[in-house]
Amino acid sequence: MPHSPFSRRHILLGAATLTVWARLPRFAHAAERDPRLIVLVLRGALDGLAVVPPVGDPTYAALRGPLAVPTEGAGAALPLDGHFALNAAMPKFHGLYHSGEAMLVHAVATPYRDRSHFDGQDVLESGHAGPGATLDGWLNRAAAALPAGDRVAAQGGLAVGPMVPLILRGPAPVMNWSPAVLPEVAPDTVARLQELYDHSDEQLARALRTAAAADRMTMGDAPPKGKGGGLPRAFIAAAEGAGRLLARPDGPRLAALSFDGWDTHAGEGPNGGRLSSLLGGLDVAVDALRTTLGPAWRDTVVVAATEFGRTAAANGTEGTDHGTGTVAFLAGGAVKGGRVIADWPGLGPAALYQQRDLAPTTDLRSILKGVLADHLGLSEKVLAETVFPESAPTKPVKDLLA
Amino acid sequence: MASSPDTSSLDRDTRSIIVLNRFGLGARPGDREAVARDPVGALRAEIDDPATPLMDGATLLTGRAAYRSEYLTQKALRAARERPAPVMIDGMAPLRPPESPAGPTYQAEVEARFASACAAPVGFVERLVAFWSNHFAISADKGGQVKVMAGAYEREAIRPHVLGRFQDMLDAVSKHPAMLLYLDNNVSAGPKSAFGQRSGRGLNENLAREILELHTLGVDGGYGQADVTAFANILTGWTVRSGDKAPDEALGRFAFEAGRHEPGDHEVLGRRYGQAGLAQGEGVLADIARHPATARHIARKLAAHMVSDTPPPDLVARLETRFRETDGDLRALAQVLIEAPDCWQMKAQKMRSPWDWMVAMARGAGTRPPTQLLLRSLRALGHGPWEVPAPKGYPDDTANWLSPDGLDTRLDIANEFGRGLVLDDPPARALDLLGPRLDAQTRQAVMRAESRPQAFALLVLSPPFLWR
Repeated sequence: MPHSPFSRRHILLGAATLTVWARLPRFAHAAERDPRLIVLVLRGALDGLAVVPPVGDPTYAALRGPLAVPTEGAGAALPLDGHFALNAAMPKFHGLYHSGEAMLVHAVATPYRDRSHFDGQDVLESGHAGPGATLDGWLNRAAAALPAGDRVAAQGGLAVGPMVPLILRGPAPVMNWSPAVLPEVAPDTVARLQELYDHSDEQLARALRTAAAADRMTMGDAPPKGKGGGLPRAFIAAAEGAGRLLARPDGPRLAALSFDGWDTHAGEGPNGGRLSSLLGGLDVAVDALRTTLGPAWRDTVVVAATEFGRTAAANGTEGTDHGTGTVAFLAGGAVKGGRVIADWPGLGPAALYQQRDLAPTTDLRSILKGVLADHLGLSEKVLAETVFPESAPTKPVKDLLA
Repeated sequence: MASSPDTSSLDRDTRSIIVLNRFGLGARPGDREAVARDPVGALRAEIDDPATPLMDGATLLTGRAAYRSEYLTQKALRAARERPAPVMIDGMAPLRPPESPAGPTYQAEVEARFASACAAPVGFVERLVAFWSNHFAISADKGGQVKVMAGAYEREAIRPHVLGRFQDMLDAVSKHPAMLLYLDNNVSAGPKSAFGQRSGRGLNENLAREILELHTLGVDGGYGQADVTAFANILTGWTVRSGDKAPDEALGRFAFEAGRHEPGDHEVLGRRYGQAGLAQGEGVLADIARHPATARHIARKLAAHMVSDTPPPDLVARLETRFRETDGDLRALAQVLIEAPDCWQMKAQKMRSPWDWMVAMARGAGTRPPTQLLLRSLRALGHGPWEVPAPKGYPDDTANWLSPDGLDTRLDIANEFGRGLVLDDPPARALDLLGPRLDAQTRQAVMRAESRPQAFALLVLSPPFLWR
């Protein structure tokens, strides 16, 4: 970190400067606005260092080895602010960033510090400080805490899929919607099942392998999709449906979508491989939200977050294991984009969390609280007690919205 | 008197999982421990209560009411088509034609049947219901009148007899309007009957043939074309009361119409039937219900359903003998299954059918999928309730269900259903549901899954969950 041209102080100063532009609290405009909030839950632990590589950090390339994202040549990362760049698989998001409609948060994490996916996702979705509370989720409690008659509270949330995920469970109304055809599973799930069968059941192993081959054949010369690899169609179908429903005057105002498959222990492929296709799917999905929401995009915030990050260094199988700090995405017409919010901890051995993970320096809840305060008009007290219980010391980040 | 199976070589955990998987519909959370206290007793408790197979149909239509509502709707639709277009009055919505009750009724029946399967303590009797319902299969694809009655058919003709006598079930099935419509007997007429003479209509062999070939003797059961023709003649007049002239209280009921019945004696399987009217057909059904070929056919099919596509000869022999000794007492056959050593083999040799798998998945999750997802899934897997492709019913062999595409589709379904499920501790749930069947590979896959939904999908697609 001492060698980083982009010091912690620099970033903090930048953020402070921006607050000068602070304007009236959002809820003063509630009558004119019709806000939408969409949360994309990226299940499996997203490798933040592969999505938003700190290309200005001199330790990055050596630490990452084969997983380092190139800065030039084919698949070169897309420049953001000089210190950070964006994985080449997300050109649309890159466009939104430069048009001021998208931003990134780095070295961010929920308060969860262990490494179980299940517990980590519970914390991410429940909004509680630790695992074990699985009754209701923060997105629902946020809607329920709004005054009766508020449009968001009245029109409620949308769960894409047959069941309501934890993040949207609670007293506020929630509707379900599923794409007309069953969405295909993430290639990662197929790979895991194939591995299970390969080790335990020859007959099932053969059948599943044949199915995958048939999928590839029916694709012909078209770019591979779905189970064959390539862009996960399920992300895009879910985003298109959610966007259309939230665009309706009488539609829900909140939505939660699950995008799965980020648990890249082996063959991570951040440069044209598996992670690239997932990121490409996320990229197209966010853009699909923009196009299907139409004019409502102006009043929309999309947050994409994951349960935790991955190890800073590659493991022995060209992948990464469960870690801590990672990135979160914010997009939408209501976002004051074009920046990376990061209190960058550096990647030197001493800077890493437990000598292995990107250290978390921003609490994800401070970002979410900032969005909920300015976008939905929730008070700091409600946010600290009801939406994210026992989170008073974690202040909302101000001025995230345009 | 019932003897106890010799299961002394198996521990209680193994017996418990065999009860839940081979006999039943899979464990719900906590079931395995509960059943382990008295595995055989859990099975006996289900078959000892004659009410077990009955369903609470309080909110569902009787077959007759369902038929009646569909019939009258279709009649109104025909009338609407023949009327001149209505004059539009300002501010008034145009009169809309009535909608067929078949779809919503069918859906409510599927929902109730699924709920019933999920609520059963073990599900042995629900499995038998599904077995017999598939043995005496009907298809909603035949048309609205069969579709609207499909669930009622199972509740009225199958369930009351699942622990009763085969002959009574055969009789109820053969007289149920859903079956008469499905296999066209409602339009069959004796060529020499009054109706046949007047209209020039004649025989339809469909029902008679399928009763002999599929429901009783079996394709190798020793009957010939002459038997089919004679039996079809005997069954003429077995029809559904329609209301073409004036709908009355009996609309939608089984009716014997003497005016359609072929007069005279007929010979089936070397026996002359000289009774008058309805009694003639009832006489044939009673005889073929206790025919040795029927006992053999049913024994083999039931053994294959329960244990293996190549059913153990000893089990087939036991079932066949008991069927003959008891004149087709179906509760006694269930008893044989409980007692037979072949049913207590450790090795799981059958793949759960899509219906059984969906039920096991919902039981394991502790929650049911929304009806739309359930129906969409069963159809995608080729196992829609009462939607058989042919009167033979759905195939029962593993080769049919273990297709690459079917497996692929199951994965998509599990993935979709699993989203939003919150299993507190997936590895613990895997152990709770599978017990001694949980192998190290499955346990590890579930434990290392990247999310709870993925853990659930891997669990319900794992070999010990798919095989029973």
